Amino acid sequence: MDARIGIRNTKSMLFKGLIVFLAFLITIPLIIVLLYIIKQGVTQVNWHFLTHVPAPVGEAGGGISNALIGSFIMVIMSSIIAIPVGMFAGIYLSENPHTKLAYYSGLCVDILQGVPSIVVGIVVYFWIVKPLGTFSALSGSIALSIMMLPIVIRSTEQTLRLLPPSLKEAALSLGVPYHRVIMKVIVPCGFAGILSGIMLSVARIIGETAPLLFTAFGNPYLSTSITKPMESLPHLIFTYATSPYDEWHNLAWGASFILLMFVLVLNIFTKLITRKWNIQL
Amino acid sequence: MKNKRLDLSYTQMKWETVFRRILIFMSVILVLIVIGILITLIIESMPSIKSLGIGYLWGKVWDPVANIYGAYPFLIGTLLTSFIALILSIPFSYAVSIYLGEYNPKGWLSNLLKNSIELIAAVPSIIYGFWGLFVLVPVIRTFEAKIGVAPYGIGIFTASLVLAVMIIPYAASLGITLIRMVPSPLKEGAYALGATRFEVIRSVIMPYTRSGLFAGVLLSLGRALGETMAVTMLIGNTSTLAHTFKDLIFGPSNTMASVIANEFTEADHTVYLSALIELGLVLFFVTVIINLIGKRIITRFTNS
Repeated sequence: MDARIGIRNTKSMLFKGLIVFLAFLITIPLIIVLLYIIKQGVTQVNWHFLTHVPAPVGEAGGGISNALIGSFIMVIMSSIIAIPVGMFAGIYLSENPHTKLAYYSGLCVDILQGVPSIVVGIVVYFWIVKPLGTFSALSGSIALSIMMLPIVIRSTEQTLRLLPPSLKEAALSLGVPYHRVIMKVIVPCGFAGILSGIMLSVARIIGETAPLLFTAFGNPYLSTSITKPMESLPHLIFTYATSPYDEWHNLAWGASFILLMFVLVLNIFTKLITRKWNIQL
Repeated sequence: MKNKRLDLSYTQMKWETVFRRILIFMSVILVLIVIGILITLIIESMPSIKSLGIGYLWGKVWDPVANIYGAYPFLIGTLLTSFIALILSIPFSYAVSIYLGEYNPKGWLSNLLKNSIELIAAVPSIIYGFWGLFVLVPVIRTFEAKIGVAPYGIGIFTASLVLAVMIIPYAASLGITLIRMVPSPLKEGAYALGATRFEVIRSVIMPYTRSGLFAGVLLSLGRALGETMAVTMLIGNTSTLAHTFKDLIFGPSNTMASVIANEFTEADHTVYLSALIELGLVLFFVTVIINLIGKRIITRFTNS
């Protein structure tokens, strides 16, 4: 009997060891990737790099200002499209959870979350690029806003649903009209949750390449016109990383470093917000 | 004075209706987007469905120059990369779920590990692809030379390795939540009967969370099937199928998503373009169904 319990305890200890080992093992690839990108990228970044367009092959120097500005414009535009739609749809879902429409739009959120990003690119190509006859920043932003929608909707819905119903009831009993109850009481109370959802979605779309391949396409020059092709950070990394030139690889390392920093900062901010207001996403 | 107040409340009431309509309108837009995506994909893939028929899906040759289209190489490529990645990732995502859900649910160490898992999902896939191309590919190349296969470096194996890391968070974060939801009376009962920790995990926690953990694996799979950029950069982009199994695993290949990414802008005639869109349609259906099944299981699990 004693021997049996010994074996069982050893087994239990071995299992725990295995679990701990495997659980921490997966942080190693993450650390390696992060350190490598930082090591390769940080030496590239300087003022010149941030304010100049890429140099032609064979010339030293050059920067990624076109991609920085392009990414910035497209993220702003897709936020302008996605945030109102996402927030209002999220409010609808949390306010009327049992209607037929809520069922179908909830289903559609689940579907949108699963749609591969490349498929969104194809579809927006046929919606915007083909009718307009040219690749454009506008089409890129629309593709990105479709990627943003499910995250914004789910975070809005979930935050608002957690608010105590007494908040709404108190406001309504004072005779405040419904739209003001939502906009002045409910939304401000859930603001931190909604904001963190928006930031998460921005962090996600800023690194999306696949939907931009057939929509915003890319542009080696600085362009701020939304009806023309526009460069973006991930697309620049893709084109320059797969090119055969070392100068271009260096540009891509620098761009990866900056992209990574954006994503890290956005994620850390979201973490801080969710911790401060104790939100579960 | 009274009339003024009445007027005010009328305008407020009007606004209220407008507001409710806006809410409904935005939800309808959402439904329309999804229906629109589906219809666009179907309409645009009509030319290829008509001229190539259902046999397109298991046609073994993809040669746009000769106007021959077969999706079989890409189906195989997608399935192989996704399932190898999935098999590689499962032990890790289960280990993380058990460690953070049962052994160490609180404290700074567990927070640190949880945040790094979330960080894995946050790093853009293009960065994994770029890193893989310059760091992992040379390593794999020496490895392949050692085991005696053609040292391409790029290929299904390399893509699966990177993909495995990328999809761990999706199964793991769900698994952590589910394992923490196991009612403690169940565990305490088992401990009271003299079970060791391992036995509690094996015969109480695992059976209780089995369906939920499976749903997490499905979500990972949906992610792996649709992943484009990292795979496109690492898989080698060859549309011919290798003959031996070894060459298939370690040699260059192509997935559905990667062939769309590479050839969509080059497709110069209708059937070629629409054959690519049909791939997108298949991808759409497969990932959506896998995701919905996963979500369904989770809802049933969390409600019961």
